[in-house]
Amino acid sequence: MVKQRVQIFGVHAILIAYSALALGPILLVVMNSFKTRNAIFGAPLAPPTSATFSLIGYMKVFNASHIGTYFMNSLIVTVVSMALVLLFGAMAAWALTEYRFRGSTALALFLSIGIMVPIRLGSVAILTMMREAHLNDTLTALILVYIAQGLPLSIFILSEFIQQIPKDLRDAARCDGVPETRIFFEVIAPLLRPAIATVAVFTIVPIWNDLWFPLILTSSDTTHTITLGVQQFLGQYITDWNAVLAALSMAILPVVAIYVIFSRQLISGLTAGAVK
Amino acid sequence: MAEPISQVVAAMPRARFVALMALFLGPAVAVYTLFSIYPLIATMGLSTYTTDNAGAYSFVGLSNFVTLLTDSLWSKPFWNAAKNNLIFFAVHMAVQNPIGIVLAGLLSLPGLKLKGLYRTIIFLPTMLSVVIVGFSWNLILSPLWGVAEGALKAVGLGSLFAPWLGLPSTALVTLALISVWQFVGIPLMLIYAALLNIPDELVDAARVDGLGHLRIFLHIKLPLVLPTIGLISVLTFVGNFNAFDLIYSVKGALAGPNFASDILGTFFYRTFFGNQLQLGNPTMGAAVATVMFFIILVGVCLYLFIVQRRLRRYSF
Repeated sequence: MVKQRVQIFGVHAILIAYSALALGPILLVVMNSFKTRNAIFGAPLAPPTSATFSLIGYMKVFNASHIGTYFMNSLIVTVVSMALVLLFGAMAAWALTEYRFRGSTALALFLSIGIMVPIRLGSVAILTMMREAHLNDTLTALILVYIAQGLPLSIFILSEFIQQIPKDLRDAARCDGVPETRIFFEVIAPLLRPAIATVAVFTIVPIWNDLWFPLILTSSDTTHTITLGVQQFLGQYITDWNAVLAALSMAILPVVAIYVIFSRQLISGLTAGAVK
Repeated sequence: MAEPISQVVAAMPRARFVALMALFLGPAVAVYTLFSIYPLIATMGLSTYTTDNAGAYSFVGLSNFVTLLTDSLWSKPFWNAAKNNLIFFAVHMAVQNPIGIVLAGLLSLPGLKLKGLYRTIIFLPTMLSVVIVGFSWNLILSPLWGVAEGALKAVGLGSLFAPWLGLPSTALVTLALISVWQFVGIPLMLIYAALLNIPDELVDAARVDGLGHLRIFLHIKLPLVLPTIGLISVLTFVGNFNAFDLIYSVKGALAGPNFASDILGTFFYRTFFGNQLQLGNPTMGAAVATVMFFIILVGVCLYLFIVQRRLRRYSF
């Protein structure tokens, strides 16, 4: 009994130590972003008190950068890409799992190339294409690339989900003479809601956090995403610790808030998707 | 597929079936082909061309690759980046995956309390942007702020502190460890899920035989999750040989000090876009991307044909 107690204590000690290592740096940055410059350097590990509290960093970020625009751009790009990845991905996954036709296996293989081969390696040609189509420096260019990037894995994940839906459901609908398109949109699509979390972890988070494509495809302030905008702001204000810490926190906090709200769904989606 | 497709579908006129498939598959196939597959092929094609000062393209066969691998102006930075990338990958394999396995093993212990909280916290850094993570660690490890130094002093190891990110000998490994810190959540979650998937009867049988948790983990659970570890290794390989964001945001395009942290992603970016030292060169950039494509292809094929095939026998 004693040995078991000691074992459990040891397990918790390791997990608490690792949790501290994972959370510590994030807390440190967020905490210090609310402090005066002197307090940041004088006592980095102390939480802000009424004497050391300051929002000067946040004011600078708002005044000196287009953080609102960047945030909106990221939101537009991510939401539109996510909606279209889910729609196109679910339709393709449905067609590939439900119907058999000549070449369907080859098509499934073709669509899965992108799971392993990063689209980044085609950047030289993507930039040329976007320039020729006069799409460079637009959010549309980013959205098109992100849909292409997100589709292969989401088709794979959604196919796994679709295979688990009982066959009787669609066959019952078919007996009633419901057309195939309505079977998909009205019977199958609503059942795919649990899959959204899994697709989100694997395709949406990389889109929100991506630096590469905004860096090569967008060149003006009006089209920068939050990741690129913050990266450039940080490079410019590297010596202004208040501003840097505030910019970092403003990039961290929305993600953490959404993550905490949805962490149960996200993690169960992640583990469910991984089992396959 | 074992079951026949429903008769309604089978009885559908051929033209209608084709139209239906075009409707369902058309958008995905079109966007994916146009913006993913075509650019990859076009980039490979472009790597066999060169541009003159006027911007006119001319076909040169494989000479870009010969230049890249033999002309010391190109081959030195290329091999440096390739070697650094291999070190970057080795650190991930040696540190990230074992930590992920240990943490997953601990989290999957039956009856462990607070496991949801631990999982949520440990996975949190994975959700953040690499840019944010890189900059945060840049500040924490900075001698100016002294947080890392103070923390080491507190445990009596103050003399070990050095500006790790600034020294040519330690910058690369430090960056790799920052990346490990961020992405340890992925092997953790995948292995955790695989461990949960192991049938209870197997574990119970071992427990009845008197095996402790550690031996059950090492002798029963670990061999059963080997396919997942194989999958994680190939995901790590692809991710690492395509990495760019972290080095670029902490060290800039020049991947300093003195290219000590240069990897293929940053080398590709410099070649393609140019920087303070050289003009951008799209055709040489395409050649670098093509070489990176083949490196990733070799890694994935090794996984598919060797690791995956051998490990299949253990899957359940």
